[in-house]
Amino acid sequence: MKIQLRFFASVREALGVSQESVELPEGVNTVGAVRAFLRERGGMWAETLGEARSLRMAYDQNMTDADTPIKEGGEVAFFPPVTGG
Amino acid sequence: MPVRVQIEDFDVNAEVAALRADSPQIGAVVTFIGTVRDMNEGSSVAAMELEHYPGMTEKALQNIVEQAKRRWQLGDALVIHRVGPLLPRDQIVLVAVTSAHRGEAFDACEFIIDYLKTEAPFWKKEQTPEGARWVDARVTDDAALKKWHIDAALQGVEK
Repeated sequence: MKIQLRFFASVREALGVSQESVELPEGVNTVGAVRAFLRERGGMWAETLGEARSLRMAYDQNMTDADTPIKEGGEVAFFPPVTGG
Repeated sequence: MPVRVQIEDFDVNAEVAALRADSPQIGAVVTFIGTVRDMNEGSSVAAMELEHYPGMTEKALQNIVEQAKRRWQLGDALVIHRVGPLLPRDQIVLVAVTSAHRGEAFDACEFIIDYLKTEAPFWKKEQTPEGARWVDARVTDDAALKKWHIDAALQGVEK
């Protein structure tokens, strides 16, 4: 399935990309699985999306966790803890 | 419009006047204004840049305001958050809450800013003499949210 990826703030800078469309292999069907799939790209991807990193995730613009299932055309976002206000 | 994300500055008096213009039953208005400090974590801050997640940020702010309205008897609530380049002394955020009596307005205003600081997708990048740096989230902000019996990082999760 094809989904949209969004990256913000320090994650966006580290990866050098703010958004992209990606075709997922079969079996990659949760937000956490997308994160693991992207880590396989290696380099900054492996580092920035590492399990130990304090990272927030959103699915279709709602804060979410790794277990959330994703669907065709969905939007998955990765970003650091927020610092507004 | 109870929530706005904008580059431009805001006029607190005009916003408050508009918020309560049609509400003679309002007896209390509480406002919080967040501003840019010229020092953070031991470094002087010359400027900052605020980034957000268009669409999600507005939705998150809307959700925070709705939760406040469910918890307290409010007249209305307004959140304005600026993005883009900002300088020390600039206004960053306005939270304005109206209610019949002050207690609810004070509590709801504090709840909204506490919640916003840990759950609304905004990120600050500071310019310091040591270079540009992303501001780290504060543990004290998560602690502030606990006061309202909410755990940070679980909010807004819809399954």
